Amino acid sequence: MHTYTEKIQALAKDIIKQGKAEVVIGFKMGTIPMASNPFFAKNEEDTDKLIWSSTCGLNLANYLSNVKEIDGKIGIFAKGCDSRNIVTHIVENKIQRDKLHIIGVPCTGMVDKKKISLSFGEEITEFIEDNDTLIVKSATKEEKLNKAEFLRSNCETCTHRNPVIYDELISDLVEEQVIEDQFADVKKIEAMSSDEKWQFFDDLTANCIRCYACRNACPLCYCPTCFVDESGPQWVGKGQNDDDTKTFHYLRAYHCAGRCTDCGACEEACPMDIKVRNFTRKLNKDSFEFFNWEAGLDINQRPPLDTYQPDDPDDFIM
Amino acid sequence: MKIIKIDKKEWEQGLDKAREGYHLFGPVKDENYHIIKELGSTDYPDMDLSASSDTILSPKSVIFPQTEKMLTASLDESQENHHIMERVDTDYSPRALLGIKPYDARAFKFLELNFDTEEYKDPYFCDAMAATTFVGLAVNTPSKFDFSTSVGTGPFDETGLDILLVDTDKEYLAKVITDKGDDFLSKCGFDNKADEQGALKTIEALKENAEKAIGSEVSHGKLKDKTILELYNASFWEDISFSCINCGTCTYVCPTCWCFDIQDEAKDNVCTRYKNWDTCMSRLFTEHATGHNPRESKLSRVRQRFMHKLKYFPDKYDQGLMCVGCGRCVKHCPVNIDIREVCEQMNSYEENA
Repeated sequence: MHTYTEKIQALAKDIIKQGKAEVVIGFKMGTIPMASNPFFAKNEEDTDKLIWSSTCGLNLANYLSNVKEIDGKIGIFAKGCDSRNIVTHIVENKIQRDKLHIIGVPCTGMVDKKKISLSFGEEITEFIEDNDTLIVKSATKEEKLNKAEFLRSNCETCTHRNPVIYDELISDLVEEQVIEDQFADVKKIEAMSSDEKWQFFDDLTANCIRCYACRNACPLCYCPTCFVDESGPQWVGKGQNDDDTKTFHYLRAYHCAGRCTDCGACEEACPMDIKVRNFTRKLNKDSFEFFNWEAGLDINQRPPLDTYQPDDPDDFIM
Repeated sequence: MKIIKIDKKEWEQGLDKAREGYHLFGPVKDENYHIIKELGSTDYPDMDLSASSDTILSPKSVIFPQTEKMLTASLDESQENHHIMERVDTDYSPRALLGIKPYDARAFKFLELNFDTEEYKDPYFCDAMAATTFVGLAVNTPSKFDFSTSVGTGPFDETGLDILLVDTDKEYLAKVITDKGDDFLSKCGFDNKADEQGALKTIEALKENAEKAIGSEVSHGKLKDKTILELYNASFWEDISFSCINCGTCTYVCPTCWCFDIQDEAKDNVCTRYKNWDTCMSRLFTEHATGHNPRESKLSRVRQRFMHKLKYFPDKYDQGLMCVGCGRCVKHCPVNIDIREVCEQMNSYEENA
């Protein structure tokens, strides 16, 4: 996917030159292997720094609020999930469609950096992407990995690789994956007994350090003051207390119900490698099964939790 | 200078003996990565030297826990001392912190500048420091992200250590730096004195190799000649802070970040006062009771972190940067904000250029 880089630079330059947008949000090369750094190009010269690769796993929709003060349009590169979060932003009146110039980036999946590091075993000193092959080097060895085996788990089951909203596209659309069982992971947890579930979620957050990287990387988490940061009155304890930590994770997940696009930014950002999506996946499954709803596909559709239909499922009401 | 030879085969037996007098802490593998924790009775520290075994969090928490009970009071009015805060009974019997990187140990010396001064002594910190024997493991093969030598410490720095272990492949050479270190080795039963000259030569050679292998550095020599306002008002902060998501990762993984927050919590009839790590990346860190916040913007928070580490601290203490070059923040920042780059930018900044 690195071949996109040249196109991305040229397109961004053209967009700024022609005034289609005042700034363009994308990624630039990171300073260490497998890193990329969200970046906004403010002029033609800046656009030379833009890159695109399978390491660009964060969700750029998260950055729209950073540049809302500008007068002109905001250009933004958007892979499938980013575009769905842009739709969600528009639906939730966070930003207006005509404020954006969206450059769609058909995606073939982002890589799971932690999985690569773990499988490689040594400290990675160089990482090169050559289409479907990942070349990973350390001081003592070099391995060629098949990208398909190192996709992030949300990318493995992704059925919206193509952007759902865009003003222009960086390349032809890619073929969408057909996934036999979209929610196999959730079903595994559903099949557990109550005690097992309890233990599963206890273990899941055991190493959480409350850095809130998951929340802050999430384009849905834009509350001016998050409930865990309320101080007058304070709702949740701030220390390393299991109940407080779990309260944060559970409530945050519920706040994402019917809104989560499963972009994986939360897991990408977590320094402790906590599989945070285990919280939101069940809500995505319920949204899909009860309301036939996948978030962020259409700017004209209201989300299930802010609409009422007479035939809404109500079996859960005793 | 005393140097003890430790046969690697005897290392774990020695630790078992030490368990009688010490709580042992050290790096252990927890599923996919290493963490520092108190070792269980059958745990041994992972003495793997490779960079991929680095702990995500520094050993800071052994002395300065993320959440620490300070005081407690009963709210039960039938009790004589109800509503009177008293210090909790924390176990400060001897501890040994094993297998830590020398530059991480050096970081405790920075924490002392805040918690153990002439004027103020944080009893929790001071007691934990006094209880702890710091046993470092020299880093023979530094990580690609290690820039410790350019910030005045290094892979063999002895500053914060009681014992420096040097892995010579077959054995550990234990350089005894303090009496505390001597006591710990005696407890382990390690008493095989090495030939001092020969051992020092071996250590020196390994040190030289390790320092040479460090490929990462930062320049900061010009920072002290710049004024605070010049850097504070510099034009680069907008670009640096753009990608920051204001999580607390950099501050929590950092061995030198010392900011904390005091919280009172009540449960049933007991009130407890806690000291928690805090992070300057959070808006709440500086929010006043009035609602006013002197660091309302993300830019001001990002700037604060780097100005503190690279300008305010060096100016105030004259002990170099508030950074030991471990590279954790570089590696774990979700958006790859790199302190080395920020430092270079600050160092080379010319106001009117």
